Amino acid sequence: MDRLQILLLLAMALFTLGLAGVIVRRNLLVMLMCMELMLNGVNLSLVAFAQQTGTMAGAVLVFLIFVVAAAEIAIAIPIVLVLVRQRRTLDADAYTDLNG
Amino acid sequence: MGDAMLLNLVLFLPVAGIALLVLVPARSEGAIRWVTFWVMVVQFAATVVLYVHYDAAVAGLQFETRIPWIPAWGVYYLIGLDGYNVLLVLLTAFLGPLVVAGSFSAITKDVKLFYAMVFLIQFAMLGTFVAQDLFVFYLFWETMLIPMFLIIGIWGGERRIYATIKFFLYTAFGSILMLAAVIYLVYSLQTTTGVTSFAFADLYRTELPLSVQLVLLSAFGLSFAIKVPIVPFHTWLPDAHVEAPTAGSVILAGVLLKMGTYGFMKLGFPLFPDATRYLAPLVMALAVVSIIYGACLALVQNDIKKIIAYSSISHLGYVMLGLISLDLIGIQGAIIQMVSHGLTAAGLFLLVGIIYERCHTRELAAYGGLAKILPVYAVFFMILTLASIGLPTTSGFTGEFLVLLGAFKAAWPLYVQGDTLPLVLAAGAVLGVVLGALYMLRFAQSFLFGKAKVPHEPVTDLNLREQLILAAIVAAVFALGLYPDEPLSKTELAARDFQQRVTSVAIPGGAR
Amino acid sequence: MLLTLIVLLPLAGFLANGLLGNRLGKPFVTVVGCGLPIVAFGLAVKSFLDLLAGGGAPIVETAFTWARIDGYAFDIAFWFDRLSAVMVLIVTGVGSLIHVYSTGYMKEDKSYARFFAYLNLFLFFMLLLVLGRSLLVLFVGWEGVGLASYLLIGFWFEEADNARAGKKAFVTNRIGDAGFLLGMFLLYWATGTLEMDRINAAFTGPVAPAVSASLVGILLFIGATGKSAQIPLHVWLPDAMAGPTPVSALIHAATMVTAGVYLVARMSGVYAQAEAASQVVAMVGVATAFFAATIAVVQTDIKKVLAYSTISQLGLMFVALGVGAYSVAIFHVYTHAFFKACLFLGAGSVIHALSGEQDVRRMGGLARKIPVTFVTFVVATAAIAGIPPLAGFFSKDEILWFAFASSRGGAPWLWAVASATALLTSFYMFRLVWLTFLGKSRMEPEVEHHVHESPWSMTGVLAVLAALSAVGGFLSLPHFLEPMLPLPRVPEHLHHFETPLLVGSILIAFAGLAGAAYFFGNGAARATRVRERFGGLHRLLAGKYFIDELYERMLGRPLTWISEHVFLRTGDRMLFDGTLHGLAGLARRTAGVFSRVQTGNLHLYAFLVVAGMAISLAWSFRHG
Repeated sequence: MDRLQILLLLAMALFTLGLAGVIVRRNLLVMLMCMELMLNGVNLSLVAFAQQTGTMAGAVLVFLIFVVAAAEIAIAIPIVLVLVRQRRTLDADAYTDLNG
Repeated sequence: MGDAMLLNLVLFLPVAGIALLVLVPARSEGAIRWVTFWVMVVQFAATVVLYVHYDAAVAGLQFETRIPWIPAWGVYYLIGLDGYNVLLVLLTAFLGPLVVAGSFSAITKDVKLFYAMVFLIQFAMLGTFVAQDLFVFYLFWETMLIPMFLIIGIWGGERRIYATIKFFLYTAFGSILMLAAVIYLVYSLQTTTGVTSFAFADLYRTELPLSVQLVLLSAFGLSFAIKVPIVPFHTWLPDAHVEAPTAGSVILAGVLLKMGTYGFMKLGFPLFPDATRYLAPLVMALAVVSIIYGACLALVQNDIKKIIAYSSISHLGYVMLGLISLDLIGIQGAIIQMVSHGLTAAGLFLLVGIIYERCHTRELAAYGGLAKILPVYAVFFMILTLASIGLPTTSGFTGEFLVLLGAFKAAWPLYVQGDTLPLVLAAGAVLGVVLGALYMLRFAQSFLFGKAKVPHEPVTDLNLREQLILAAIVAAVFALGLYPDEPLSKTELAARDFQQRVTSVAIPGGAR
Repeated sequence: MLLTLIVLLPLAGFLANGLLGNRLGKPFVTVVGCGLPIVAFGLAVKSFLDLLAGGGAPIVETAFTWARIDGYAFDIAFWFDRLSAVMVLIVTGVGSLIHVYSTGYMKEDKSYARFFAYLNLFLFFMLLLVLGRSLLVLFVGWEGVGLASYLLIGFWFEEADNARAGKKAFVTNRIGDAGFLLGMFLLYWATGTLEMDRINAAFTGPVAPAVSASLVGILLFIGATGKSAQIPLHVWLPDAMAGPTPVSALIHAATMVTAGVYLVARMSGVYAQAEAASQVVAMVGVATAFFAATIAVVQTDIKKVLAYSTISQLGLMFVALGVGAYSVAIFHVYTHAFFKACLFLGAGSVIHALSGEQDVRRMGGLARKIPVTFVTFVVATAAIAGIPPLAGFFSKDEILWFAFASSRGGAPWLWAVASATALLTSFYMFRLVWLTFLGKSRMEPEVEHHVHESPWSMTGVLAVLAALSAVGGFLSLPHFLEPMLPLPRVPEHLHHFETPLLVGSILIAFAGLAGAAYFFGNGAARATRVRERFGGLHRLLAGKYFIDELYERMLGRPLTWISEHVFLRTGDRMLFDGTLHGLAGLARRTAGVFSRVQTGNLHLYAFLVVAGMAISLAWSFRHG
């Protein structure tokens, strides 16, 4: 197993953990954190590939994802705050208002 | 070139008007009204200058502006006046200030937004008329929908949501079909000639097999037929009229409905001449059905706005009949009938709006003997009723007479050759004249005559503002009835052009 | 200029009275309303003298070009020849007299200005009608007089019935107009012009137009039946009596209703070539004449009797037209204008005297109380009955003669029916005289107390018209019109019938008088017995053969029913809106099914996303 494979396995593990967390956990904040995990899994794979191929595109994308993730959190956390203030709960199952 | 700039000025004045409105605070409603009114007046004055300068002896476009817009697709910002649109532009600009003045006391909610919407629709309507490039035409055509949707939806009556969605869905459905046809049309122009262009003048040269023409004409035609509206695509109209505020009804009946007939005249029929001739009996039949159907329905309505709405269907049937007669007199009559209906229907809707504003009901049975209580109102009402009936010396007569003469003149030779249908249809259209008298006089009789009765006392007669608005319309009605030669001379070349385009192109597989 | 001015003067009167009349007061209205028609009459006389000075050559004036399409100019032009001269003089002359009469009759009415405005408007359109050179101008006038008639019938619009009568008149006329329009279109197609002199020339010329003259003739005649109240479109005229009485005299007796006669005479070039159409004209005319006369015998409303009498007399005019004696028909138009206007105005004077009473059953014995009215009424009655040497005798006798002897459709049976009509005419008119003026009074005491002779403005006019009814027949109008409307040829072997028929028609007139005296002389006792004996027939006649009811059943109600049930309920609501709502409902239901998936549960969404990804990955591995 060379280094790339190990890194990719790690990335996949991070991603899968995050995904499982998003699906299984009911706490909104935890779900947000799990999403960060997924993003970082992707980041890791990007960096690994960038090193492997010796190009900069992957690294640049990582920076882009950082920015997007930061922005996302900056909006998501206040939304969660507003929601909690209304319903006094962090349980995602309590917020099914958008059903059809 | 100065006049070409003037046309652009006329077109973009409403946009400038919106910009001006932005500067006026929403609270000073008086200022908003007067700003809108005067911008409209300036626009009308400029249009009159254009009309006077329009040279009746020159065929084709005048005051043309041609600026490349999306060169890759061959799209030009191409506008100009020709015999097809010159009267309709004048009509639109004429009704503008009247619509605004007519809403002074009727609209009290969101005044600023309302007048902005009136500006927007004025812009879109004028743009649709003056556009000479299909892309530009389509843009304006679609833009028209939005302000009308909002005018009915925000300032309308009780069932305004139902009416406005019905209106929107109907017209949007038509538009989608038209869009598809537009794309196909331009595509086939490109493949056959190698030219990528949206200009009407180029598109007229497209040669298509009959089967394709039929499909495309159906797509264009459906879109236009909904706007006209031709039976059976008409049920949005009564609802839209009933729920729309007075200004909405006036714009709708005065100008918007003419978009459909104008579309047929400028695009539908000349673009697909073979299909037009092939479908002529069908179109003629639908036109006559519209005339009679609309008249019969107007006869049994008890809502005063619905009576006029259905009468619009009947009157626009005459326009379609005149166009499809493909006879010069009939075509000229159709053009006059468009303007005439724009004037009389607008006037009648204003009158109905005025009484509604005072009494808050549209039920016919609630009124009676208004001639005694509101003598001035009754005089205007009677004049416009008679114009709607088509009494000589009014514009309605000019339109109906020429249309029927043209239709008959075209139908008789066919009858001699053994084709009875057109003659029967033309005779049926003459029957519409009788029905027209029947339903309008029924309306006038129970409205104006008999024992005086109003649902809401006391009622005041027309004030000076209302009198001036109606006097302007009545003056135009008589001008068009007594001396139609002047406008007719300006449209004659276009009518001839239309006739030639539709009748003279002959390709294998073309009918008749 | 002169002709245009004649036409425009009444229009000016209409505008002045309509716009300013209420503000400027009655004297102004009177001066403008009566003055301008009188001036127009003066100008008409001047034009007439010019015409005579010019040897009868038509005077033509083109006012302006209404529209110019495809090289053809629709000109608004006036044409003044012998025929239009007669009509213009009748219209302005009788018209002016009736205007003067109205100043007295309408004196107390609060809408005095409006009344004169409408009357002037009527004159304007009527002059357009008779002066127009082209069918277009004639049609403008034709519809315009219909409008004026509509407005004047419903003049007292607060009574819903009056307004309804006006509407009925307008719509019935419109049915006729539809036929007129079709005829006009056909002529335009065939001859390429609407100018009537050119059309006549085209039909009499060497190359006949490629259209059947009879078809055109019948279409135009449909228009004439509407305006001149002939079967089957006669139903509006009796109801039109709802208008003020001067209106009945001017529009519904003397001028407008004769427009149909004028039209046929004006288009004589076409009708001369149209044998079938002429036959139809004669037959409809004689049927209407007889049928209306029978109704007139039993009517009890003084104006209704006169209305049916008018229909009947118009029928006789159409008989003359049908047998090709166009100038004779115009002769009867001319004499009829005098005596029928006199009768209507006399009736108006009676109604005025009786404070609005119109039912002859509540009159009687008025002769001594309103002597001027009585005398003039009797003169006019004698004229219409055809008692020589009054005006009606001459024209009616000529009609009967040509109905018998004309080589263009004259027949003994036509003469017989027309003569029977003449007998009935004499009978019902003298019946009216007896019931109204003679015998004992049957008035309410209250009414009787107030009976008074009318003011001089009314009685003066009555006297003038009575005088004209008396002597008008000595002017041989057919002779004057002969250069343009030649009389039909009479076969040689019929000439010796002329004197016997002349004597016969005099006897008929006196027989009617005698019959009326016999039945109604003695307090109408014998008439009452006859009425009781033939109750069914009386009901049929009094009910006007129930034609109104028939039309209502056959046309009115079915039209409403179809509009309401077939078009509105089944068509608009069920079919069109139903389809639309059905489609909308379908879309909504389909969307409802799919929207169940949207539970709002984030976990489910995330799970579905993952599942979807897994499935698509698996699929792409399999097929990749």
